[in-house]
Amino acid sequence: MKISTFKRHVVESLKSLKRNGWMSVAALSAVTVTLLLVGILFSILMNVNKVASDIENDVQVRVLIDRGTNKKQEAKLKQDLAKLHSVSKIKFSSKEQELKNVIGSYGKEFKLFGGDDNPLNDVFVVSAKKPEQTVTIAKEAKKMKHVYDAKYGGASAKKLFNIVDNIQKWGIAISFLLLFVAVFLISNTIRITILSRKNEISIMRLVGATNGFIRWPFILEGAWTGLFGAIIPIIIVDFGYVWLYGIISNSLASTGYSLLTPGVFLFQIDTLLILIGIVIGAIGSGISMRRFLRI
Amino acid sequence: MIEFKHVFKKYPNEILAANDFNVKIRQGEFIYVIGPSGAGKSTFIKMMYREERPTSGEIKVNDYELQKIKNSEIPFLRRELGIVFQDFKLLPKLTIFENVAYALQVIEKDPETIATRVNYVLDLVGLKHKVDAFPNELSGGEQQRISIARAIANKPEVVIADEPTGNLDPDTAAGIMEILERINGEGTTVVMATHNSQIVDQYKHRVLEIEDGKIVRDQTEGGFFQDED
Repeated sequence: MKISTFKRHVVESLKSLKRNGWMSVAALSAVTVTLLLVGILFSILMNVNKVASDIENDVQVRVLIDRGTNKKQEAKLKQDLAKLHSVSKIKFSSKEQELKNVIGSYGKEFKLFGGDDNPLNDVFVVSAKKPEQTVTIAKEAKKMKHVYDAKYGGASAKKLFNIVDNIQKWGIAISFLLLFVAVFLISNTIRITILSRKNEISIMRLVGATNGFIRWPFILEGAWTGLFGAIIPIIIVDFGYVWLYGIISNSLASTGYSLLTPGVFLFQIDTLLILIGIVIGAIGSGISMRRFLRI
Repeated sequence: MIEFKHVFKKYPNEILAANDFNVKIRQGEFIYVIGPSGAGKSTFIKMMYREERPTSGEIKVNDYELQKIKNSEIPFLRRELGIVFQDFKLLPKLTIFENVAYALQVIEKDPETIATRVNYVLDLVGLKHKVDAFPNELSGGEQQRISIARAIANKPEVVIADEPTGNLDPDTAAGIMEILERINGEGTTVVMATHNSQIVDQYKHRVLEIEDGKIVRDQTEGGFFQDED
């Protein structure tokens, strides 16, 4: 194809978008609504995923050290724990520190247990490389010397792992479903606008235009529809997300979990919306006109 | 040169629209195809630009053997023909300039050549001042002149016109005939299907009459045309 011909296709596709008036507006609106839906649902899904994995990664094994264990024995125990493959981090927390945590969570009444009355143990807080290894670490730790007990949240942690796993699986399933719906809605709308131009296509063929020559402006027009249709969803998702991020982050601050920070995340969502718009617009229009080009 | 040899065309509803057509049209000829509605005129015309495919027989247009060409070659055949329709078939969302230019854009002419040629043919049909108008802003006669301008834009050897004056009043029809005469005078073959006996009488040329799918008369001006075969 000559460069001048390609330029002509680009110019024609833009002109045609303008001259098709309400038809173009209808197609653009459909793309806008669909992409807005995709943008909002994707933002929610990705953040739910983020918080879920934050929670999952937060599960640790608390190895309670026997009372009366001396510093040397403690150091040996730490070494043994570190030797386990799946251990990523070990943090020591003294029984005084543990009491502070209890007081922090349950109230000042527990101050009674200060000093020699402190019934708590010194603790190694062990983090696993992968959350699902937590159970194994706890089992191994229990067998070690000078270990009073190893806790990982037991049944509730297992439940949590299941929930997170489900969220991730369903998240992927819903994303695919959403993409499928987007493809269907956008290409269907574009199909209707092309159906109304069946006559034009037949005239082009009678004048000696090859299928490629007829197809290109339509494909480009579909791509423009997708691109322009992505503008409003991008604006709404970007501003909306920044606004909600401000509100939700404040209330999440105390839990230690966080949402995806707007910068990179929004760039990814915006790129995704533009790509979905352009690709589906172009392909939808290419496929829709195929049957008018059969001779 | 156009040649039909033992061409038959039967539609799925069993109507025989071409019953052993044998016709030869030489370069530079002007030929009318006449006959009542449903006689097979349009089928004859449409087979020439391969809008319809014959059931059997051979059709040759320039160097194309239409019974053999692939679908992908059809656009190239049509570029050698200028086609004018009764209902004009202009692209409604393109301006007059763009409509005529379209025929040149498909053959990838450069923009300067296109502009020069479009202005020339629009001048020829007397509508140069309407370049920026859209088809629905023109009268029927004007639209038909644009349709002719588009047909001759890439200097085809053959112009095929399917009832080009069918929707027009006598004065406008005469104007269209003057243009076709002029094109023919420059050496272009013109094949024109028509109902209009006044035109056939006034502008005398070879006449091919079709009735019930059969060629019943092939008459040159002043006498029956003798087929060479």
